[in-house]
Amino acid sequence: MTALLTIIIVLFVTVALWQMIKIFDLAQVGSSNTQIADDNDNKLNGYLMMGFLVFIYVITIASFWYLGDLPLMSNAASAHGPEIDNLMIISMVLIFIVQTVTQFLLHYFAFKYRGEKGRKALFYADNNTLEFVWTIIPVIVLAGLIIYGLFTWNDIMNIDEDEDPMVIELYAQQFNWKARYGGADNVLGQANVRLIDLDKANILGVAEDDPNAQDDVIVSELHLPVGQPVLFKMRSQDVLHSAYMPHFRAQMNCVPGMVTQFGFTPTITTAEMRENPDIVDKVQNINAIRSEKSKELAANGEEALDPYEFDYLLLCNKICGKSHYNMQMKIIVETQEEYDAWMKEQKTFANSLNK
Amino acid sequence: MSATVDTHGHDDHDVHHHKETFVTKYIFSQDHKMIAKQYLITGTIMGVIGVLMSIMFRMQIAWPEEPNVLFEALLGKWAPGGVMDADIYLALVTIHGTIMVFFVLTAGLSGTFSNLLIPLQIGARDMASGFLNMVSYWLFFLSSVIMIISLFVEAGPAAAGWTIYPPLSALPMAQGGSGMGMTLWLVSMAIFIASSLLGSLNYIVTVINLRTKGMSMTRLPLTIWAFFVTAVIGVISFPVLLSAALLLIMDRSFGTSFFLSDIFIQGEVLHYQGGSPVLFEHLFWFLGHPEVYIVLLPALGITSEIIATNSRKPIFGYRAMVASILAIAFLSTIVWGHHMFISGMNPFLGSVFTFTTLLIAIPSAVKAFNYITTLWKGNLQMNPAMLFSIGLVSTFITGGLTGIILGDSALDINVHDTYFVVAHFHLVMGISALYGMFAGIYHWFPRMFGRMLNKNLGYLHFWVTAICAYGVFFPMHFIGMAGLPRRYYTNSNFPLFDDTANANVVITMFAIVGGIFQLVFLYNFFSSMFFGKKAPQNPWKSNTLEWTAPVKHIHGNWPGKIPHVYRWSYDYSKPGHDDDFVPQNVPMKEGEEELHH
Repeated sequence: MTALLTIIIVLFVTVALWQMIKIFDLAQVGSSNTQIADDNDNKLNGYLMMGFLVFIYVITIASFWYLGDLPLMSNAASAHGPEIDNLMIISMVLIFIVQTVTQFLLHYFAFKYRGEKGRKALFYADNNTLEFVWTIIPVIVLAGLIIYGLFTWNDIMNIDEDEDPMVIELYAQQFNWKARYGGADNVLGQANVRLIDLDKANILGVAEDDPNAQDDVIVSELHLPVGQPVLFKMRSQDVLHSAYMPHFRAQMNCVPGMVTQFGFTPTITTAEMRENPDIVDKVQNINAIRSEKSKELAANGEEALDPYEFDYLLLCNKICGKSHYNMQMKIIVETQEEYDAWMKEQKTFANSLNK
Repeated sequence: MSATVDTHGHDDHDVHHHKETFVTKYIFSQDHKMIAKQYLITGTIMGVIGVLMSIMFRMQIAWPEEPNVLFEALLGKWAPGGVMDADIYLALVTIHGTIMVFFVLTAGLSGTFSNLLIPLQIGARDMASGFLNMVSYWLFFLSSVIMIISLFVEAGPAAAGWTIYPPLSALPMAQGGSGMGMTLWLVSMAIFIASSLLGSLNYIVTVINLRTKGMSMTRLPLTIWAFFVTAVIGVISFPVLLSAALLLIMDRSFGTSFFLSDIFIQGEVLHYQGGSPVLFEHLFWFLGHPEVYIVLLPALGITSEIIATNSRKPIFGYRAMVASILAIAFLSTIVWGHHMFISGMNPFLGSVFTFTTLLIAIPSAVKAFNYITTLWKGNLQMNPAMLFSIGLVSTFITGGLTGIILGDSALDINVHDTYFVVAHFHLVMGISALYGMFAGIYHWFPRMFGRMLNKNLGYLHFWVTAICAYGVFFPMHFIGMAGLPRRYYTNSNFPLFDDTANANVVITMFAIVGGIFQLVFLYNFFSSMFFGKKAPQNPWKSNTLEWTAPVKHIHGNWPGKIPHVYRWSYDYSKPGHDDDFVPQNVPMKEGEEELHH
C-alpha cells in the first residue's frame, strides 16, 4: 500500500514538475522561441561562462578546504610509501597548474569572444609552430612522469630476496581474511583448496604432511614487526578479492588458482602512528562526527557508537559479493619484542588441527 | 584515393516510387534517419532507467540503511521495510554501468549520430546496407529488452560489477545475481555486440564507398572521421568481448575451466582446474578500454563540428585533429593493461602499459588545445549545443588530467578501485560523452524532427547539469584519495571513513538535483518534437551537406541529384566571401585556395 502511495506521489511530483517546466515554457511567448542565439543570449551565457569558471575554482578550493585532510598523501607507514606520495604530489601540482590555466582560457575565450551581430571571426585554420609547441610540451612533461613513475614502480614491485623478507600468506574468502606465517623456518607449507578439511579445522587447505607446514601459524589479525621487510603471498579460495592496505600504499588482487605477491617494510608502529599529530586531528574529527551521530541514535533509543581509535586496516577492494563492504582485517605494527611475545602465544598449524 | 561517385543510378529514379506502410516507415524502417531516431528514443529510455538507478544507490551511500519509501516502491522485495538490500545495491551499480556505457553511450550515441550523419554529411542516399542497419537496430532493441527483463528474475539481476569478473560472475553460489540474472546479462550483451558489429561494418563501408563526388577523405567533417574511426575500433575490439562472454557462458553452463581454477565455496571444492580469471580480465579490457574511446570519440567529433560552426571559425588544426583521432584509436588498443596493474600480472607488463597509457595524454592534450584555440577570436554563438560542447571540453580536461595519476602504475596501487577512479572516468568519458550526446541532440534536432528545441529550456538544462556534474564528481576525487573503496554498500563498518560521510551527502544532493533537471530536457525534447517551431533550412548557417537536404524527410535524402563537394566543411568567415559560411557544395571561386592543405 505504501509502495503504491509512493509511486502515486512520485508520479504527481513528476507531473507537477512537468507542468512547471511547461509554464516556464509558455511564459516565454513573444521571445523568439527557437534555439538560435541572439546577442542577448550570447552576452548572458558569456557572463555565465565566467561565473562557471569561478564556480570551478570555488569548488576546487572548497574541496581542498573541507576535504583536503582526507587524502592519503602523507604519513605513509611503509618504506616505499613516501616515494609514491612524492610522485603523487608532483603529479597533483602539475595537474592543478594545467587545470587552472586551461579552464581559464576555455571559459575566458567563451566570454571574451561571445558573438555579436555583424562581427566576423578570424579565419585561422592552422599554425604548425603552435601545434608543435603543444605537442612537444606534453611529451617532455610526460616523459619525466613516465620515467619517475617507472623507477618507483620497479622499486616497489621488485622484491629483494637478499633482504630476507618475512613471508606471510594473506588468504581471502567470502567475506574475511586470514594470515598465515611461515613460522620458525619462514617457509610456508604447501597449500591447495582441495586439501581443505573443515572437520579437522584445516580451513586454508595446508598440506598436513608437509614438514614446512607444521610450524605455520594461522591468525585473523595481522601483526607485523616494525622495520622488518614483509613479503605477502596472496591466495583466494573463491572469487577475486583485493588486499588493500592504504596506509602502507599497498594493494594486490587475490586470485583463485594462483599466488600473487606484494612486499613492503612497515616503518611506523601502530602506537607511534596514534600519536602522530595529523592522525590525532583526524581521529578527533571522526570522533566528533561519531558523537554527533550517537546523540541522534540515543534520541531514537538506539545504541551509541564506540569511539574510534586509529588502526591500520586491510580492506577488500575488489567486488566480491554481498558482504564485500565488510571484509576487513586489523593490522598491528609493533616492536620486534611485542611481536615475538604475540607470536609465542599463537598455535602452530600442527597443534591447531582437530585430531 | 578518389572519392566515389554517385553512380548508383539513384539520381534518375523517382525516390517516392515504393509505397511505405506504417510498419516499413516507423517500425521496420531501413531509412537511416528513422533508424537514428529509433536509436535515440531507445537510448533515452535506457538512459532514464540508468540515471534513476544511480540516484537510488547514491541515496543508499548518503543515508546508509535508512528506510526510504522510494526504495520500497521501486525495489519491492529487495528493500524490505524500505531498507535497500546489499545484493540489489551491487545489482544497481552493475546495471547502471552496463546501461550507461553500452546502451546509452555506445548504442544511443553512435547509433543515433553515425546513422543520422554519415549518409547526410558524406552525400549518400542511405547506408551501404539499409537492411543490415535495420537488423542492427532491432538486435539492439532485443538486447535492451533482455537486459530489462533480467531486472525481474527471482534471484536478482547481474551484480558482479559491469566488468563481470569471474569467478564472482561465474558461480551462482557466490552471489544471487550470478544465476539467471547473469545468464540474461551475457545473452543480452552477446546480442548487443552483434548489433554493434553490424552497425560498425555498415558505417565503415558507407564512409569508404559512398562519399559524393569531391568528398575526399581530407574534406570529411571531423564528425565523420570520429564515427569512422570509432567503428573501426569497435570492429577490432567488440569480438574479443564476445569471445570472453562465450567462454564465460561455457564455464558457467558446460563445466569448462577457461577462467576458473581451484575454487572452494560453500563447503565444497569445485572441479574447475587450470583456468585463470586474469585471462578474462585481459579479454574484457581489450574491449573495455577501447570502449572508452568508442564512447568518447563520437562525442569529440560532434563537439568539433559544433564548436567550429558556432565559433564561425574553421576548426583549428584539422590535420592535427584527424591525426590525434587516429593516434588515440591506435593507442587505445594497446593500453588495456592499465586496468590490471595490481591484478597479479607480471609487473614488467605494468611498466609497458604505463608507458603506452601516458602517451595517450599527448593526442588528448592536442585536441583540448585545438578546441580552445578554435574559440580564440571567434564570434561565438552561445546556443545550447555550443554550451554543451564547451562543457564537454571542460569536463574532458578535468577528468582527463587525473588519468595521468591512474595511468601511472606506481600511483594506481593506492587509488585503484577507489572513488578516485569513479570520479575520473565519470568526468572524462561519462559526463563528456553525455554532453556530446546532448550537444548533438540540440544541434541536429532540427534535422531529425524538422522543428526547433526551446532555447531557454536548453540553457536551464545546461547550467544546472553543468553545476551538478562538477558538484557530484569533483569532491569524489577527494574521498577516493582518502582510500574509500568503490562498490561498498555502506561505509559504516569503517569508522576510518566517517569523515567522508558529509561529502557523500553533498554529492548525492547534487546527483538528485542533476537527475531531476533532466526532466527539463525530456519535456523540451518531446514537446518540441510535436509543437516546436518549424525549423528553417539551415538554422546554424552550417557548411555541411546535411543542411542542404530538405527539412521534410524523404527516402534517399535529396530529391534530385546528390550535391557535389568542392571544399572542406570548415570555410567559416573565410576572407573573400560575404557570408561567414561557405557550404561544401559551393564551388571554389576563381583563384580561391583550399587553405588547409
